[in-house]
Amino acid sequence: MKRILLVLAVVALYVLHQDFWNWKTPYPLVFGFIPIGLFYQGAFAVAASLVMWLLVKFAWPGHLEEEVQDSEAKEGTNS
Amino acid sequence: MIPAIVVFLYLAVVLYIGIFAFRKASSKKEAEDYFLASRSLGPFVFLFSLFGTNMTAFAILGSSGHAFSNGIVTFGLMASSSGLVIPLSIFFIGTRVWALGKKYGFMTPVQMFRDRWECGHIGTVIFVVQAVLLVPYIVIGIMGGGTTLYTISGGLVPYWFGGAIVAMVVMGYVFFGGMRGTAWVNTFQTTLFLLFGAIAIIVIGTGMGGFKTATQAMLASPMASLMTRERISPLYFFSYTFIPLSAIAFPHILIFCLTAEKMKHFKKTVIFYPICILAIWAPCVFLGVMANRVTDVPQIKAKQEARRVLATQGKNMAPEARDELREQAAGDDVIMLLLQRYAPLWLAGLLGAGIMAAVMASDSQILALSTMFTEDVFAHYGGKRRFGESVQVQTGRLFVVLLTLFAYAVALRAPETIFELAIQYAFSGFAALSPLLVAALFWKGSTKWGALAVTLWTASAVVAVALYQHAVPAPAPGPPIVSWTVGGMDVLTRTPGGTAVFGFMPVVPMVIGSALLMIVVSMVTAKPNPATVEKYFPRG
Repeated sequence: MKRILLVLAVVALYVLHQDFWNWKTPYPLVFGFIPIGLFYQGAFAVAASLVMWLLVKFAWPGHLEEEVQDSEAKEGTNS
Repeated sequence: MIPAIVVFLYLAVVLYIGIFAFRKASSKKEAEDYFLASRSLGPFVFLFSLFGTNMTAFAILGSSGHAFSNGIVTFGLMASSSGLVIPLSIFFIGTRVWALGKKYGFMTPVQMFRDRWECGHIGTVIFVVQAVLLVPYIVIGIMGGGTTLYTISGGLVPYWFGGAIVAMVVMGYVFFGGMRGTAWVNTFQTTLFLLFGAIAIIVIGTGMGGFKTATQAMLASPMASLMTRERISPLYFFSYTFIPLSAIAFPHILIFCLTAEKMKHFKKTVIFYPICILAIWAPCVFLGVMANRVTDVPQIKAKQEARRVLATQGKNMAPEARDELREQAAGDDVIMLLLQRYAPLWLAGLLGAGIMAAVMASDSQILALSTMFTEDVFAHYGGKRRFGESVQVQTGRLFVVLLTLFAYAVALRAPETIFELAIQYAFSGFAALSPLLVAALFWKGSTKWGALAVTLWTASAVVAVALYQHAVPAPAPGPPIVSWTVGGMDVLTRTPGGTAVFGFMPVVPMVIGSALLMIVVSMVTAKPNPATVEKYFPRG
C-alpha cells in the first residue's frame, strides 16, 4: 500500500508539472512581482523535494547497502 | 580590469585546490584513487559536486539567455522538470550503480554493460557514441571561458587568451587532482555560485529600482508575454520533460555516482537536488526576463532590435541572414551585461567568478572521458595487464592533456553556434541512451543485441535530426515548415527552434524508439548466462 501511494505521488507530481491552466496569464503576481507561472513551478520544485524525502524515508533501497557490506565481509574473510 | 583580476585570483585558488588534492592522493589502488577518489566522497561534497557537475555554462548562461528570448517558461521547461526527473533517476539508478560498482569494481558505465550483457565490442560501440556526444560540452566550456573573461575584462583579455587560461586551469586541476580535485573544485564552485547568485539578484533588483517596479513596467510593455508561457506550446513543454532523462545517462554523472563513500550519502542529494535547482535557476531565469526592461545598455537594445527585425521581416530574408539575426538576438551574455551595468566593480568580479565556476563544469566531462578511455579501451584491450596500473593512470593524465588541447584548438576555429546545436543533440542522444541503464538494472530479459540496437538507433537518430536541420533552414518566428504529412497530420516539421515530430520534440520518439527496440530485440535474441543475470538480480 505504501509503495502504491508513493508511485501515485510521483505520477501526480509529473502530471501537476503540466500546469496549462497558468499558461497565458501572469496574474496573480505573488509578492507583487513573481508571475504565477514562475511561482507555481518554483513551488513544484519544493513539492518535488518533499516527494523525494518521502521516497527516501519509506522506499530507501537499504538492501543494496547490505549486499555491499556482505560482499565486503566475504572479501575480507577470503583475504 | 578589476573584475578580471578577481577572476584570475579565483582561477588561482581553483588550481591550488587541484594541486592540494594531488597531495592527498593515495598510492593504494592508484587508478581507483585518481579516477574515483577511492570511492570516498562524503555527503556534502557528494551533493554539491554532483550538482556542480550538472551546472554547465549551457545551464547558467543558456538559461538566462533562453529566458531573455522566451520568458518565464524557461524555468518550468528546463529546471523544475529536472528537479523531479534527475533526483528520481539518482534514487533508482544511481544507488544501484553505486552498489554494483562497490561489489564488482566498475569504474565506468560501459564496464557494467560489458559485464551485464557479456559483450566486448558492443561496449566499445557504446563508448564511441558516448564520447562523440560528450566532446561538444568540453569545447563549449572552453568557449564559454574565453567569452566570459573577454566580457568581464571589457575586451582587455582576448578570447583566445581567456580560452587558453581556462583550458590550462581546468587541465591543471584535473591532471593533478583527478576526481578528488574535480569534486572539491565543484563543491567550492557550487557554494560560490549559490552565495553570489543570491547577492546578484539583490544588487541587480535594487539597481533596477526594485522588482515590483520592473515587473509592472514589463507588464505594461509590448514584452508582457514574456511574463507568461505563451511563446512555447504545451506539447513542446511536455516533450521537454524527457530531456532530464539524459542526466543519469551522461557518463560523468554516472561515474560521479560511484564516488560516494556510503549509499546513505545519496539521501541528501536526492532530497535537496530540487531545492538547489530552484536556488540557482529561478534567479537566472528571472534576471534573464528582466533584462528586457533594461533600456540603457546598448548591447541589450541591439539584441531586442535584432529580435524585432527577425519577427517582422524574417519571412522575407535568406536563411543565412535569419541565422545572423538569431545570433545577434541570443541572450547568453545578458547576465554578464546586467552585472556590468548594476554591480560595483569588485562585486562584478566575484559574480563573474561565480559564473566562471559554472562555465568550468567541463572538468568532470574531461575526467569522465579520460576514465572511459583508460578503462573501456586501454584496460579492456590489455593495456593495464601489460603495462600495469601506474601506466594506466599516466595514460589517463596524458589523455586529459591531449583532450584539452584538442578542445582548445577546436574552440579557436569553429563557430560557437555549431557546438550549441551539438549540445542540443547530445541531450536528446543521452536521453535516448537511458533505456540501456533501465534495462541493465531492472530487466532480466535484456540482451547485448538490444543494447546494440538502442545505441545504433540513438546515433542514427541524432545524425538524422542534425542532417534534417542542416538541409531545412530554420524558418522565421511564426508557423513552422511542414516537411511530411500523413492523412492531413503533420509528421515532421521544422520549427524556428528545431524540429518537431507529431508536434513533439525529437527526444520523445527517440526515447520511445529506444525503449521499444530494447524490448523487441531482447525478446528475440539469446540471454546472458543465468549466473551473470543472478549477479544483478540475486534471489531472495
